[in-house]
Formats: sequence, structure tokens, C-alpha cells
Amino acid sequence: MTETAAIAASERRLEREAAKRRRARRGAAIAALSSVIVIGGLAALVLTSPGWPEVRETFFNWGEFTNAFPEVLDGFWLDVKVFLGVEAAVLVIALVLALVRISNTPGLFPLRLLTTVFVDVSRGIPTVLLVYLIGFGVPALQIVQPAPSPVLLGAIALTISYSGYVSEVYRAGIRSVHRGQHDAALAVGLTHAQAMRLVVLPQGIRRVAPPLLNDFVALQKDVALISIIGPQEAFRVAQIYQGENFNFTPLIAAALLYLAVTVPMARIVDRMGGPEGAVR
Amino acid sequence: MSAPVLELRGVTKAFGEREVLRGIDLTVAEHEAVALIGASGSGKSTLLRCVDLLEEIDDGDVLLDGEVITDPAVEAVAVRRRLGYVFQAYNLFPHMGALQNVMIGERYAHGAKKADAEERGRALLARFGLAGREDGRPDNLSGGEQQRVAIARAFAGAPRALLLDEVTSALDPELVGEVLAAVRDLKAEGMTMVIATHEMGFAREVADQVAFLHAGRILELGPPAQVLEHPQRDETRRFLGRLLEAGRI
Repeated sequence: MTETAAIAASERRLEREAAKRRRARRGAAIAALSSVIVIGGLAALVLTSPGWPEVRETFFNWGEFTNAFPEVLDGFWLDVKVFLGVEAAVLVIALVLALVRISNTPGLFPLRLLTTVFVDVSRGIPTVLLVYLIGFGVPALQIVQPAPSPVLLGAIALTISYSGYVSEVYRAGIRSVHRGQHDAALAVGLTHAQAMRLVVLPQGIRRVAPPLLNDFVALQKDVALISIIGPQEAFRVAQIYQGENFNFTPLIAAALLYLAVTVPMARIVDRMGGPEGAVR
Repeated sequence: MSAPVLELRGVTKAFGEREVLRGIDLTVAEHEAVALIGASGSGKSTLLRCVDLLEEIDDGDVLLDGEVITDPAVEAVAVRRRLGYVFQAYNLFPHMGALQNVMIGERYAHGAKKADAEERGRALLARFGLAGREDGRPDNLSGGEQQRVAIARAFAGAPRALLLDEVTSALDPELVGEVLAAVRDLKAEGMTMVIATHEMGFAREVADQVAFLHAGRILELGPPAQVLEHPQRDETRRFLGRLLEAGRI
């Protein structure tokens, strides 16, 4: 009696597994087919468009690409340097801004007010406008002689713009840590500052690591904005080349260089936000 | 006779309009365990939080070893270093292993050397049956293990008194016993304790005194046999009756 029951159950099981396999095969087939249709369709649309031969010549010219690439790459190193410098500055300054804003020490009130205004203003002005204003406004003040280099001024503008955003990300992270953690830290005898440094901040920052990285992907791209005040970074170099040779291929080269950095960063963000990272 | 370890005199505490404590008088002598019983919202947790200066009281005083600790001039951090607190929801630090959780107070609050703190931390974990779990993150420990780590953490600073806030309420029933055993062990060693609890059997066994809290006041105070078996007040009888119905006694 029990044996027939076991056989019946295993038949059910085989049936279910077969159904599951059929479903999986069907899903894969649909995915493959729709990919071919969409990607093939788009490719056909571009390749059969009346302007395609012209576009291929002006945007995707291999000769122009190899000619311009070394110069664009040189320009891109400036992007990378500015990016790394600004990122380091933003990480520190934004943390200080966030800590000032969440503190409740009465003596820090004027500073708190100031940081609130700073965060509102820096986030409220388009980054491109900030680069322009600082790039041309600060030298005009003639406080420092000779005037700081456009690269430095551009980096300062980016730092101001991104510090506002990133401080809000930090603040959200700190506030997301349960109050009981702070209580427990005080209960073992830590001071408020120690509780913040050893217990609240490590948890809060870990939690907002994906949005922090996301902001840095955006920053990496926005470095191109400093080109409007002069520095010859990748986009500017490509633009100059394009102006001289009436060919846009160097801009594609610049775009590929940006992608080479931002895509891996985006993948890292994805990983951190995955099911494992989301549990905590 | 030496001063009691803890003494509360007319302690009141309100959150906005809501008066949670309305004049609490309580004395806890050295080596004594006092169980606080009462319905949820009767003020048990608030009382413990006020003693550990996690909340500021409105009126009255709390004395630790004869010294007023609720004076605004008293350094709260120094007071907390002389007390241990165990939370209902454990409140372990999730980004640290069990050993680090136990060591952090000694290292940073009491300024112990790392090697010394680590040695004592390992010994404490072993004492509470957690040898081999030193590196375990709180997420990977059972509720009972987490609460035992929390007890070890509170005990690590060699406190004058331990404040236990419903330490078994968040646990699955089969894990309650191991945590109560840890508390029993500390009691046997002579630890002074204030224990907010819903476990009447445990209160009867471990406590020298039971205090029944109702609406922010201690309505009844005495040895467990008296308060739990022969309650004088209607409120106490009703409270115990409800627990009996719920099968908690």
C-alpha cells in the first residue's frame, strides 16, 4: 500500500519536473526571439536609414578613431585625476556636513544653519552653472594672485555641488540606524561621539554604499562639465579635434572611455544592492 | 549598614502629556534582585531607562551607591559605565562579531588594553556557553545566543548593578530557558539586579523582592511569596489572574 503511494508521488513529481522544464524552455525561446526582433529591428532601422553612410563616415571612422584616440586618452587622464580628487574631498566634506546637521549641540547652531543653507543652495544650482560661476567669478575677485587654475576651480565647483547631495545620502544612512543601537552604545559606557563613530556611522554608511557609489558614477560623467571653463579633458579634446577635422569620431572615443569607467562602477552598485546586500 | 546600591526617590517621568512614572520609591540592596512586574505600558522599561540615564527624569532622584546620579551636573557617561543594561531586543551591534560586542565597552569606555579585553571577553563568552561563537555575527546567532551575548556585554564592564528589560520577551519559548539560566547564574554570584519580566515563575525563583507596577506607581512590593501568592490589591490580583488565564504562570 505504501509502495504504490510512493510510486504515485514520484510520478507526480516527474510530471511536475517535466512541466517546469517545458516552462523554462519556452521562457528562453521567447526571450531569444524578442531579443532578435528588437535588436535586429533597431539595427535594421539605423543601417537602412538614408543618412547612415554619412553618419558612419563622420561618427565611426576607424582612421579618425586611431588618430584621435591618444590625445583623447591624454585628456581622459585629467578627467580621472579630477574625479579622484573631487571624490575624496566630497566623501570627507559631505560627512562633516551630515554630522553637523544631525548634531544637536546648541553651540553648533550657527554652523548647522549655515550647512543647511549650503546644502540647499549647492543642490539647487545646476552643476554646469556652478562651474561657470566659480570658474569665471572667483578669478574676477582677484583674492589670490595669480588666479587658481581652471582645473582647480572646476574641481571646487564639482566638490561644492556633490557635497550637498552626498551629505544628504549620509544623513539618510545615519538616520536609518535604529535608535536602540545608539542606546546600546551609551549603555555600555560609550560617549555620544564614540557611539556615533563606532556603532552608528559604520552601519549607516554601509547601508547607503550603493547610493553613494551611484552618485560617484554621476560625478565621473559630470567632470566633463569643467571643459566649459577651459581645461582640455577628454570631451574638450575631442571637440577641438572635431572642429578641426569635421569628424565626430573622437567624441565616440571619449564616450567609450567614460563607459569603460562608469559601467564597471555601475555593476559594483548592482552587486551591493543585490539580495545579499539588501538583507541588513 | 552600607548604602543600598540603587535607590529611587519619588521618580516621575512624563512623555509629553503622558505620565509614565508617578512617584516611584524603590530600594535595591547589594546582592539583591528586584523583579518588576506589571502589564505592558505600566512603566517597567521607562523605569529601567531612567536609572541608566537613557531618559531624563522630571522629578525625584536616583541614587547609585548613595550618590545622586540624576543631578544634571553628574556626568551621565561615567554613571552608565557603572551599570549594565540588557535590552528586550538584544540591540547587539550587527556589524561586529560576538567577541567584539562584548569587548567594545571595556576597550573604549573603560580603556582596557586590547589583549586584556579580548581575554576577558573570551572568558565571558565561554562562561555563558558561547565558546566557539566568538566571531559569529548577531545575524547568524539564535535569539537565545544573541541575548546571552548581550548579557555578557552588559556584565563585561563589571557593573554595580544589572538592569534587565524583559530579556526573554522576544525569544521563542524553547530558547527562554538558556537565557534565564544565565541570569540565575549571575544572581548566584551575588549580582545586584533589577529585572523587568513577564516570567512569574522566574520572578518567584530569582527575585528577593517583587514590585508590581500599575499606571506608573508601585502598588505592591514584597517577597515573591507574598506578592505573587497573596496579593493585597485588586489590581495585582487582576493582573496575575490574566497571566494565569494566558497560561503564563
